Amino acid sequence: MSIQVKDASIFYGDFKAVEDVSMSIKPKSVTAFIGPSGCGKSTFLRTLNRMHEVIPGAYVEGKIQIAGQDIYGPNVDPVAVRRKVGMVFQRPNPFPTMSIYDNVLAGNKLNSKRIKKSEADSIVEGALRGANLWNEVKDRLGKPGMGLSGGQQQRLCIARAIAVQPEVLLMDEPCSALDPISTAAIEDLIHELKSDYTIVIVTHNMQQAARVSDDTGFFNLKAAGQPGHLVEFNPTKQMFTKPDNPDTEAYISGRFG
Amino acid sequence: MTNTEPSLNEPQLSHATLPRGAQWLVGVAAVALGGLALVLGVGIVGAAVIALLGFLIGYPLWALLVENRRSATDKLVTGLVWTAFAVAVIPLIWLVYTVVSRGAATLSPEFLTYSMRSVTGDEQGGLYHALIGTLIVTGIAAVISIPIGIMTAIYLIEYGKGNRLAKTITFLVDVMTGIPSIVAGLFAFALFTLLVGPGTRFGFGGGIALSLLMIPTVVRSTEEMLKLVPDDLREAAYALGVPKWRTITKMVLPTAIGGIVTGVVLSISRVIGETAPLLVASGFNPNLNTSAFDDSPMMTVPVFIYTQLSEATAKGVEYAWGGALVLFILVMVLNLIARIVGTIFAPKTGR
Repeated sequence: MSIQVKDASIFYGDFKAVEDVSMSIKPKSVTAFIGPSGCGKSTFLRTLNRMHEVIPGAYVEGKIQIAGQDIYGPNVDPVAVRRKVGMVFQRPNPFPTMSIYDNVLAGNKLNSKRIKKSEADSIVEGALRGANLWNEVKDRLGKPGMGLSGGQQQRLCIARAIAVQPEVLLMDEPCSALDPISTAAIEDLIHELKSDYTIVIVTHNMQQAARVSDDTGFFNLKAAGQPGHLVEFNPTKQMFTKPDNPDTEAYISGRFG
Repeated sequence: MTNTEPSLNEPQLSHATLPRGAQWLVGVAAVALGGLALVLGVGIVGAAVIALLGFLIGYPLWALLVENRRSATDKLVTGLVWTAFAVAVIPLIWLVYTVVSRGAATLSPEFLTYSMRSVTGDEQGGLYHALIGTLIVTGIAAVISIPIGIMTAIYLIEYGKGNRLAKTITFLVDVMTGIPSIVAGLFAFALFTLLVGPGTRFGFGGGIALSLLMIPTVVRSTEEMLKLVPDDLREAAYALGVPKWRTITKMVLPTAIGGIVTGVVLSISRVIGETAPLLVASGFNPNLNTSAFDDSPMMTVPVFIYTQLSEATAKGVEYAWGGALVLFILVMVLNLIARIVGTIFAPKTGR
């Protein structure tokens, strides 16, 4: 599913966090957001599945369309949006009370969907294979998810997110808590997932953006306390070789701030 | 800048230390000092204080002479901390010892299975009626308080999130925590005087009085447990397309259940020994009364202890200690249950 954003501004109460973002995210591609801390890239990502509404007083102006439907339309159920737009967080957050198996099925279990054992088994195996975790955990599916290493936990969270078969996968700095080897595993996974999902990833690591993404958006702040805004949105190749905006070039080449 | 000898610049990493077991040596000396004081006729408490002071002064002083200031301070503060710990624990052990030693003789099958119906003088009797009464009254309090308390806490943490209503409720819960227990009893008594008739004392009234005391502790402990569930997990559930109410019932509550159950059981053991509100709202009754809703008083163990003690006969005092032991065992069992439940439901790490 493609995502169209037009003039989106995001507020926390009176505070405007992000201003006038417009972009078009292509289906079955990887789009990366880069930029300094506090520029609103994570906030913007969270508006794509209405997760920012969890914070009291947060709201959005402008239009965000997924597959042609305005996700902020009057009759839209945020729960239905989130079923189509999955999310992976900065820190791995498997459910501590659940086994590896139950964590993968959490989307179904928490919604009390009745599924046959054989069907559940195939969902778990499919999702874990999809997340490149199956071979590491197939002998201990009944063990708690918290017992895995950080990188494995993050891949478990990705398996959990894809087990509900979303169309879009949002990733909020998924590798910032991981070591280089686990990071490489997640990046390989992102390449594989691209064929089935539209992926939007926020990252602090510009090399990572260059490695995994097709398009890149650069967010920046005019000054501290000002809202963040989208400086440039272009194919990744162009961003990292000859960006349109001198600010982007300054940031990418490390001549920033 | 003057050029100094390199040996002067070398850091001093070792120093003279006290011999191993120095604390035992000082301890024995201090006890000997106390013993001497005892022989000289100071009295047991004075001798203990002298022994303690001897240790608290002698050990750091020795360390100061042999080692250094920091080590001496360390030994002084360590000694003080242990003393404070002992001061806190000794009365507790003493209390347990007294209750067990004085109550054990009274604890017998008759004591547990007989009521005080038509008992005069030193005849057979027991606290069966009070035990049943305590279980019924506390049970009523628990049935009222646990759902109200847990649901209030869920509102405060999951829905209120610092809005004005939530702040007001939190304030009122804090105020309720501070209600003197007898006031809760008077409130229940007045309430049923108004609803049923003057002078109404019955089990349900006692349950209401206890629930007034129990609700705030349930709310408080549940709130703390819900706060411990990381927001990460709630967001993870929302991101899977799980509605808020399902996230709360199927993810947040199971994650926090160990702590919630522990808090609830501890709040029960907190109110089970309340005397004043039951004295007022539930009343005295030498007979077994198993109906909490009949307009007749229901005896409870704390009130039984109070009544027997005020009889001031030798048998009455024995019964009071026996009742105290029964109450003590009840509270102990509840605390053990809380511990066990806490470990059973604790999230497993699997490492």
